[in-house]
Amino acid sequence: MRLRSLLWAAAVAMVLPAFGCGKGRTTDEIRVGEYSSLTGTTATFGQSTHNAVTMAYDEVNAAGGVLGRKIKVFVEDDQSKPEEAATAATKLINQNKVVALLGEVASSRSLAAAPICQANSIPMISPSSTNPRVTQTGDYIFRVCFIDPFQGGVMARFASETLKVKKVAILVDVRNDYSIGLQTFFRENFKRLGGTIVSEQSYSEGDSDFHAQLTQIKSANPEAIYVPGYYTEVGTIARQARELGIPSTVPLMGGDGWDSPRLWEIGGEALNGCYFSNHYSTDNPAPVVQKFVKDYKERYKQTPDALAALGYDAAKILADAMQRAGSTDGQKVRDALSATKEFQGVTGKISINSDRNAVKPAVILKVENGKFVYSATINPEDVKM
Amino acid sequence: MTTFLQQLVNGLSLGSIYALIALGYTMVYGVLRLINFAHGDVYMVGAYAGYYLSRRMQGREPSFASAALVMVGAMVACAILGLIIERLAYRPVRRASRLTLLITAIGVSLFIENGGQLVFGPDPKFFPSLAPHYEFVIGGVHLTSEQLTVIGVSFLLMVLLRFFIMKTRTGKAMRAVSFNLDAAKLMGISTDGIIAVTFALGSALAAAAGVLIGMQIPKIDPLMGILYGLKAFVAAVLGGIGNVPGAVLGGMLIGTSEVMVVGYLSSTYRDAIAFGILILVLLLRPQGILGRVQKEKV
Repeated sequence: MRLRSLLWAAAVAMVLPAFGCGKGRTTDEIRVGEYSSLTGTTATFGQSTHNAVTMAYDEVNAAGGVLGRKIKVFVEDDQSKPEEAATAATKLINQNKVVALLGEVASSRSLAAAPICQANSIPMISPSSTNPRVTQTGDYIFRVCFIDPFQGGVMARFASETLKVKKVAILVDVRNDYSIGLQTFFRENFKRLGGTIVSEQSYSEGDSDFHAQLTQIKSANPEAIYVPGYYTEVGTIARQARELGIPSTVPLMGGDGWDSPRLWEIGGEALNGCYFSNHYSTDNPAPVVQKFVKDYKERYKQTPDALAALGYDAAKILADAMQRAGSTDGQKVRDALSATKEFQGVTGKISINSDRNAVKPAVILKVENGKFVYSATINPEDVKM
Repeated sequence: MTTFLQQLVNGLSLGSIYALIALGYTMVYGVLRLINFAHGDVYMVGAYAGYYLSRRMQGREPSFASAALVMVGAMVACAILGLIIERLAYRPVRRASRLTLLITAIGVSLFIENGGQLVFGPDPKFFPSLAPHYEFVIGGVHLTSEQLTVIGVSFLLMVLLRFFIMKTRTGKAMRAVSFNLDAAKLMGISTDGIIAVTFALGSALAAAAGVLIGMQIPKIDPLMGILYGLKAFVAAVLGGIGNVPGAVLGGMLIGTSEVMVVGYLSSTYRDAIAFGILILVLLLRPQGILGRVQKEKV
């Protein structure tokens, strides 16, 4: 408790000067808020996003800014907790007077902050929350990534048509909306494509012993296992699966929650030959992707993951919408955002549909000795939702 | 059948971790009549001590010798931690009411959990592999060298503990203190010393459990001690708190039933089962499976 109040004091001390000297010049800069999981269980997600947002606006500002004004980002850490996300959004809107918000990665945290943005008529763009409910909150809430039904369908299609497997087992995180969403749509699509689900087991985020579930899965003899969880658990699951004698010819498959440099650190060789669906691949030769990867590597000394790419796109789309709206007024920016068509982002050509979701292809990546290698692209028209 | 046997092996290897932690609870309770709630957190510190020690050894080939070295190192570190906790937190309030002691224990537990997040960082860490990895298949049941090590080392430590308590002079003194603290003092036993030894020993066992679980399940975080500690506590109560073989039996039972529930029912009930068992035991046999009824002296 003591520590927290100290942190608050430090945060206030850092924010205060911004108020003091910013007063007279508020018209000069455009204030954009970002709430991110800079610490906590999904810290790498928030850090990647934040790095990319910072880089995107530095580029925008270097090129003269938006509407002749510079963009200034105000960032709040939500510690990977939904309740803190709501606090962060309130603070950014009421105290920092931001005109738009970027965030969050996790759907549960975007869902906590979205109603606040909606009530204040402040446009919010989630870079990478894939749960369908996020943008259903209201007409000020957008996202630049695809949604769970699509992602689950993508893997079902890949499993049945490229891997040619018929029997799949599922291991789902029952305490996680994201994981359940992927499971539901994978199951539906996979069955329609003629496959069978031979075993369904569950765990809860934070568990570390999966031997019992994997033993049951093994006895069902699946040809592949769908594990739509986050990297921390997935790495451990892969390891224990191989220990129990599930051969490496039975690949694990998952979604974008796998995308972390730590995945390999945890799971190691047990993950070789496994597949997951993702938003982009660093192998894509398109110049916009290669320039982004090069700049990001130079600046942050690491390969940008999909969360960085999406953070970058979210930031750029917001700047583009403000430019097109000719104003930073919430309603006008919202209208410009909904009219986004074929915006060339790092994660593909982005169009915003009537549900305020991005429509764009997904890629399948294969894990090979610690690298994520491009394997296939699946287009929106190939998947029935 | 193979699946059932495999689940049994999974359950026993999880159960031996609970048993090792439960031993520490039971020893301290037996001697002091204190539920040391900080015990699960000592286990967490043990896992981290093992983590940092094995990072220092990185570069060397994984071998059983280095694994043993790491384990002994972590045990020593936690024994010292146990001594410090006893000296600074419990000894000053030992003569106070039991409630005071209990609240102190909860305070120590919170202190270690939050201090752990501050010192080690709140993100999970991953144990490097310490010992060489082998796999055995016996009749379709897969055994890893990690599982065998966990079960083997647990039993070895339990047997050693039993020997220590029953056959050595210090063990005898420990039993005397457990039986009657004041009478033991009158007989010239250094009760302070015996209590300190109990804490050191219990904490060392918790550290061993921490390193063993790090070898089997490589993910460790500063709050990992809470749930494992609680379940080990249930195991100790189930076997009869204060009773050493009872703690082992309780740990095995909890571990096995948990794995069976996850395997054959649903993972959602995993934690419910441990606490369901606790409630049943308290209702039907409050003294535990191997515990003896103690008459309250007035």
